[in-house]
Amino acid sequence: MDTREKDIENLKDYKYGFTTDIENIKAPKGLNEAVIKFISNIKKEPKWMLDFRLKAYERLKLLKEPNWQKPKYPKIDYQDLYYYSAPKSMSEKPKSLDELDPKLLETYKKLGIPLQEQARLNGIAVDAVFDSVSVATTFKGELTKHGIIFCSMSEAIQKHPDLVKKYLGTVIPVTDHFFATLNSAVFTDGSFVYIPEGVKCPMELSTYFRINASETGQFERTLIIADKGSYVSYLEGCTAPMRDENQLHAANVELIALDDAEIKYSTVQNWYPGDENGKGGIYNFVTKRGLCKGKNSKISWTQVETGSAITWKYPSCILKGDNSIGEFYSIAITNNHQKADTGTKMIHLGKNTKSKIISKGISAGFSDMTYRGLVDINSKAKNSSNYTQCDSLLMGNKCGAHTVPYIKNKNYDSNIAHEATTSKISEEQLHYCQQRGLNPEEAVGLIVNGFCKEVLQQLPMEFAVEAQKLVGISLEGSVG
Amino acid sequence: MSEQLQSDFDKIVKTSKLSNEEIQFKKNFLNNFKKRGFPNRKQEDWKFLDISQIIKKNISDLSFFNDYSQSNKIDPSIFVDGLEHNKIIFINGRIEKIDFNFEDQNKIEIIDETKKDIPFDYENSLIDLNSAFTDKVFKILIKKNYFLKKPLIIYHSTDNKIKSTNINLRLDFELGENSCLKLIDYFSNNTAKNFINIFYNFNLEKNSILKNYKIDKFRNNNLKYSFNNIEQNNNSVSETFILSAGSDYIKNEINCNLNGEYSSAFINGIFSLKENQQHEIRTTINHLVENTKSYQLIKSVLGKNSKSAYQGRIFVNSKAQKTDGYQLSKAILLDETSEFNAKPELEIYADDVKCSHGSSSGSLNEDSIFYLMSRGLNYQQSKELLINGFLLDVIEKITDSEIRNLIKNIIGVKE
Repeated sequence: MDTREKDIENLKDYKYGFTTDIENIKAPKGLNEAVIKFISNIKKEPKWMLDFRLKAYERLKLLKEPNWQKPKYPKIDYQDLYYYSAPKSMSEKPKSLDELDPKLLETYKKLGIPLQEQARLNGIAVDAVFDSVSVATTFKGELTKHGIIFCSMSEAIQKHPDLVKKYLGTVIPVTDHFFATLNSAVFTDGSFVYIPEGVKCPMELSTYFRINASETGQFERTLIIADKGSYVSYLEGCTAPMRDENQLHAANVELIALDDAEIKYSTVQNWYPGDENGKGGIYNFVTKRGLCKGKNSKISWTQVETGSAITWKYPSCILKGDNSIGEFYSIAITNNHQKADTGTKMIHLGKNTKSKIISKGISAGFSDMTYRGLVDINSKAKNSSNYTQCDSLLMGNKCGAHTVPYIKNKNYDSNIAHEATTSKISEEQLHYCQQRGLNPEEAVGLIVNGFCKEVLQQLPMEFAVEAQKLVGISLEGSVG
Repeated sequence: MSEQLQSDFDKIVKTSKLSNEEIQFKKNFLNNFKKRGFPNRKQEDWKFLDISQIIKKNISDLSFFNDYSQSNKIDPSIFVDGLEHNKIIFINGRIEKIDFNFEDQNKIEIIDETKKDIPFDYENSLIDLNSAFTDKVFKILIKKNYFLKKPLIIYHSTDNKIKSTNINLRLDFELGENSCLKLIDYFSNNTAKNFINIFYNFNLEKNSILKNYKIDKFRNNNLKYSFNNIEQNNNSVSETFILSAGSDYIKNEINCNLNGEYSSAFINGIFSLKENQQHEIRTTINHLVENTKSYQLIKSVLGKNSKSAYQGRIFVNSKAQKTDGYQLSKAILLDETSEFNAKPELEIYADDVKCSHGSSSGSLNEDSIFYLMSRGLNYQQSKELLINGFLLDVIEKITDSEIRNLIKNIIGVKE
């Protein structure tokens, strides 16, 4: 068996579909003030944090779940979910990696991120979030030397309250849409990154998310602040075990780039997509938003979305600072009964702002894929420009591919260009590859990788390899 | 408004020659409209042009009743010169004249269709309004194998005799096998602040050809809504051209169903907008069977405080393999206060298709202006020349040379 076949063999069943037997502490089921107080209390949060949550909860009561999206889903009973679930051994937070529950470490090994090894060999600092609680952050020493803060959100609330207070909720306010507000009320953990003025982060920062317990939603919150003249590249990966029921994942990610700062945010999302018949799988309803607050700042989103039963997210950039740049690179692959409604929003407010959107969608099987995007150039955003390209590839006639761009140009000095194409893999290309000795599946893999190349190039090296494999594997069984 | 609707409707019942059955039929539409009301921006299709708000702001005294038993005087100065044509004349929403003098009378039939239901599903309250208040509805049937010798011009005219602030008109067309109709809609409005609601229904049989040109050029401050529903059979061709320039507010909506193989639809449009105008074109092309084709080209030139929007949707059914769909929208913003919105949408369920769309917007290219000025033109001339070229591109798409020249003259575009 060559390596590719082995990969496929492993993934016949979702590779990450194991559960770990770990005792969990859960909050009582349901969503109410008591549960929010419980979460806040167990995390020993200060009063302002609890107030933030309660304010969000008050607001949430007034909001209705949105339903304009293309993929419809059965109604979620928000009272039937656990909003907090933590491995029991975490209630006393371990001081170092050696003190971690060995079973937890085993889980991460299965996921392919042995923390210690990773810490030593790769030079990537990892913050792993298991269910809702941040488990371990590696490579702390090295980062502290540069004054970089990379820790779990709960830790940040305790140790750096000023920073959290100043920035939390400034990009995604508590008064935002339903899922974002839900997150503001009940978020449990996540990552916090602060890069001080003038520092170029010497390594890639990385988080791994995993949902383990059943009937839990995962609500993590990530906040990244790049101070003047700094640079950071952040990676995020996600998996979840196989379960029959659908699980909700409603995270909030806020990025803030001050003058001359740059943030690069990459995601490889491989949540459990459900089985071939569309049973189970994760609902990935995430709010990601970046604010280019300062002059000459830059935020770049790269995403590879292969998992989840339903992916519904629009990583966005608000280009407020003059000369700021927003970028969005995306590959979204849907197979079987998966559904995706994803894209981006580029809001140009400052002068000379630029944005670029490259989106590649591939749908196969019975799946449905939508690119939905907004480019809005405000009347004050003089001399701004946007370029959008979204290509879709269809495999078979049972799937769908849709493009819904919204283009708003209110400034005569600015240019917007948008292009979209939809096509299938041409017979000639397939024939050519097969003539050279590839089997049909390998040929499709090769062509699809070529189709996605522009986006894959944007990923950091370690991720690019993984993503490339993932692209091939996700389309398994869709040829012919 | 609801009371006004009811009392105006009662007046129609009293004065018109409609049969009881017809009245009952219209009543249903009235009730539907009352339930739904005018569309507003909360509805996705009306996001860019909130008719409910526009009416509230501009036509506060909305009324619906016109006495259609009285005829209006036809002012011959509205007629188009230099082109022999057949005429249908609407004045203040009443059909004054149907004149097919150039044609073989046996080949054209005019059928009363007042009682005919809307032949498709819709969620559009303006169609309800239209159906409740139109006078008689006629269907113009072009018989098999007949090519109209001359184009048909439909004059839409309003004058100061108008009683209501809302008029509704509707016409149905059926093009028999292997027939051809060239249709020009020509607007001349001498009244202000009216809401004009037009609804056309086309049925194209095998091998038939429809060419529809909508020309709204003369500045007026009315609100217009026009809806074309086009059903196409095998090998039929429809061509629609829209000049959207005259009224303050216009929304042109085209829904085209390609039901037969090898049918094709072409839509070309020009927005040429000046101060405070707000126009929109919304198209939906449904590719329902194999081997169908659609092509759309929309260009905007936007002056001070004007706003144009283009919502184009290409839908491809899972059966409609080998579809070819293309859509392009371009806009030139001439002033800092002009605004262009677009929502070019693709919804595709078949894999062996070629579908693409493009959209671009920006100001006039400074390099091109520089080039022209270095050749001795002044700034204004250079600008005009560039705009001229930009629009000419769309006009060249008009397949009928006689009408192309007419439209060139009307718009003032030079070759």
